[in-house]
Amino acid sequence: MKKIIMKRSLAIEIKGLRKTYAGGTKALKGLNLSVEEGDFFALLGSNGAGKTTTIGILTSLVNKSAGKVHVFNYDLDKDINAVKSQIGVVPQEFNFNVFEKVIDIIVCQAGYFGVPRKIAEKRAEEILKALDLWDKRNKVSRSLSGGMKRRLLIARALIHKPKLLILDEPTAGVDVELRYGMWKYLKELNKEGMTILLTTHYLEEVEQLCKNMAMIREGKVIAQGSVQELLKSLEKQSYVLEVYNNEKAQKQIMEVEIAANESITALIQKLSEKGILVNDIQPKTNRMEQLFLKLLK
Amino acid sequence: MIWIPFTTLLRKESTRFLRIWSQTLLPPVINQSLYFIVFGSFIGSQVSDINGVSYMAFLVPGLVMMSVINSSFSNVVSSFFGNKFQRSIEELMVSPTPNSVIIAGYASGGVLRGIIVGTLVFMISFAFVRPNVEHLLIVILFVFLTALVFALGGLVNGIFAKKFDDVSIFSTFILTPLTYFGGVFYSIRDLPIFWQNISKANPILYMIDGFRYGFYGQSDFDIRLSISLLIAFTIILVALNAHLLKKGLGMRS
Repeated sequence: MKKIIMKRSLAIEIKGLRKTYAGGTKALKGLNLSVEEGDFFALLGSNGAGKTTTIGILTSLVNKSAGKVHVFNYDLDKDINAVKSQIGVVPQEFNFNVFEKVIDIIVCQAGYFGVPRKIAEKRAEEILKALDLWDKRNKVSRSLSGGMKRRLLIARALIHKPKLLILDEPTAGVDVELRYGMWKYLKELNKEGMTILLTTHYLEEVEQLCKNMAMIREGKVIAQGSVQELLKSLEKQSYVLEVYNNEKAQKQIMEVEIAANESITALIQKLSEKGILVNDIQPKTNRMEQLFLKLLK
Repeated sequence: MIWIPFTTLLRKESTRFLRIWSQTLLPPVINQSLYFIVFGSFIGSQVSDINGVSYMAFLVPGLVMMSVINSSFSNVVSSFFGNKFQRSIEELMVSPTPNSVIIAGYASGGVLRGIIVGTLVFMISFAFVRPNVEHLLIVILFVFLTALVFALGGLVNGIFAKKFDDVSIFSTFILTPLTYFGGVFYSIRDLPIFWQNISKANPILYMIDGFRYGFYGQSDFDIRLSISLLIAFTIILVALNAHLLKKGLGMRS
């Protein structure tokens, strides 16, 4: 395995990536993307923008038409097996054998990555316990609920201890409680140093989890940067406030709009000075949704 | 990095066919037992010896080889296509398991099932006749190489198959006729010259003939030709599978 020394520490470096499918559909049209090591990165875009194709190329399930892809400085064209070793992937669709037991799916996957069976069994126990699937280890996968199947995909992706975890809409169809549990687990993995690339349609997920993001449109990256910085680019934000008039003690609902670079705390302070107390604040529209729509315009 | 993925795949494949033994091991044993009873006992008693061997004893190598061919082929084609259909083949494709190991793992699963079924059928034959084994190493070599060739053929079929019908088409329309015309039930010496010449184009004939040589020490063809053909088929099929997997036919867009 030949490792190319580069200055920056990048988990993913994609340059001029193009993909034209057999039917002539151009899914990627010169996509450029950089994801730093240790990042929690969101890849956003409408349906058909090219997110899944990009993930497919990274994970060797889709052949690229042109461009260069490096994963932890390994060249996909020259060191495909080294690239594969770095990646754990959680696909959008369930793609395990429905007749196999949970434990067999996990341990086999470890074997394909060269992890000895005894080590794989030990790791499987740790991961399945962390994902609350240990009790189901001897169940065939088709008997699991949708949420359990999602967690099984995550467990399978983690069994060989990848440096890069790619999640393609991992919380689709997952209930709120489970989603929060998955977020917590993913945050822990990222804290421990794992680079995570996430695609999702739950934009709240991006705001909660991701440090950086890129927006894809028609096979090209149209914006990339820090989630917080991009959110600041919104011109204004709307809030719904539940307020009390100090003298009349009457509850009222009011809508306010403030510039994106202004603080909501300053507004509360001003209202308080006028004898209006704020009991509750809710953003009128999701900020990430606003940003998403703005970038897509 | 090669041994662990290989043993994982082999273990997975063998666990699969052993778990569903009533679909994978039992039917060929019952089928071949019926052949022994109907063709060997009922009809065979009225057929004269072939090349100095009783008809029942003549049938044993052919029926064993027939079960080996069908089992090794169908094991790989159904397993590989099943994984493709469920997309669980992606588990292998995203891993650094080399294509050579994928070929070796699936082929070994097919060979193992073929040999287990062949052994069971051979044991069943003891209820009817006590076949002679003159050259044990030739018997082992032929059963191994034939199982390997058809396991590799099953993999090619599995890679090409797009729907469930494609899994059975080759087996039904090509493999079964070639097997039946491959000298399981007769020696080609008993055929008219024209049909002898036609039969010579059937590769299965050489496999069964060579295998039978291991039992009774006599064959219709030079044993070296049969071994060479088996080795040539193995090399061609390994190369074809490697090419198809590299292209990712039907698996990678």
